[in-house]
Amino acid sequence: MTTSVAMHMSDGLIDTKTSVIFIGVAVVGVAFAAARARNDLDDRTAPMAGLVAAFVFATQMLNFPVLSGVSGHLLGGALASILVGPWVGALCVSIVLVVQALVFSDGGLTALGANITNMALIGTAAGFLVATALKRFAASKPGLIAVAFVAALVNTVVASLGFVLEYAIGGDPQFLGGVTTTIVGVHVLIGIGEGVITALTVGAVAATRPDLVYLLRGTRRPLELREESPA
Amino acid sequence: MTTTTKRNTGFLLAFLAVALVLAGVVSYFADPNPDGLDHATQTGCQVVTSDQGESLQGTCIAQNAKAHPLAGSPLADYAVDGNESTTGLAGVIGVVVTVTLAGGLFWLLRRRPTT
Repeated sequence: MTTSVAMHMSDGLIDTKTSVIFIGVAVVGVAFAAARARNDLDDRTAPMAGLVAAFVFATQMLNFPVLSGVSGHLLGGALASILVGPWVGALCVSIVLVVQALVFSDGGLTALGANITNMALIGTAAGFLVATALKRFAASKPGLIAVAFVAALVNTVVASLGFVLEYAIGGDPQFLGGVTTTIVGVHVLIGIGEGVITALTVGAVAATRPDLVYLLRGTRRPLELREESPA
Repeated sequence: MTTTTKRNTGFLLAFLAVALVLAGVVSYFADPNPDGLDHATQTGCQVVTSDQGESLQGTCIAQNAKAHPLAGSPLADYAVDGNESTTGLAGVIGVVVTVTLAGGLFWLLRRRPTT
């Protein structure tokens, strides 16, 4: 068994009943997101959203060191939701997790529901809620970069709390206390890395194509008035 | 092709190129250590490498982890047939698969202009 390349929950960490519950949560959540995503997808944003998913896949491969012997990687929910909205963003991360589990044997199959719940649903929701709450600071470029950083940091920590919840329901109680402290602590550090990558990416897109940044919709900036068509 | 469409296509191609370079090249520089989740589930165990591969000694959550049902698939663990020098190729395939799947799905889901 190679332990070094796996990045998500394997099968067997939580019991079957809990795995099935979270498969249900994931199916309902993804279906809901798909229904709402329609509104945010058109000829211009649909290709962008496909690329955001591919970018999240690529970036998830790039584990960065956080502690001696411990790495972390981007989860991508805040990044995707700031660029393409929360519903499409949740679908982007879900698709990445499905591709990873089915094509790259990364993340278990019965654990796919829990992995989607944590990274695509809970993490994305938390990141986007923070970004929305801080939206008024996002009108300036440094402000947007700071908002992206904070949203991504919260996204990572909250996603790790999803694992704690699942482990509390369907794991071995003797490990719960220890794993909670370790996993949340490490994910604060990983969240800083996620924050930096998210801030850089959102900053780069906003510098070239602010019209493709979902979070900036409705924020009026004088230089972009010509982007708005009269009809 | 209008100027706006050209500008859009250029941006999307650049975005795709960045993703391909990250997955195809930068991935070789990724930290091979276990990530935060794996670290947490392996706390209490030591990873022991023997002829049979890696095993966990001690008491930890990761001992309950089952082998992946598709562990023998051609691109398992981001390598072509288990050859670690092919991580970049596996990454490029992953980007192409993801952009095709996600882009295709989003294109089908998109709102069409009502005429």
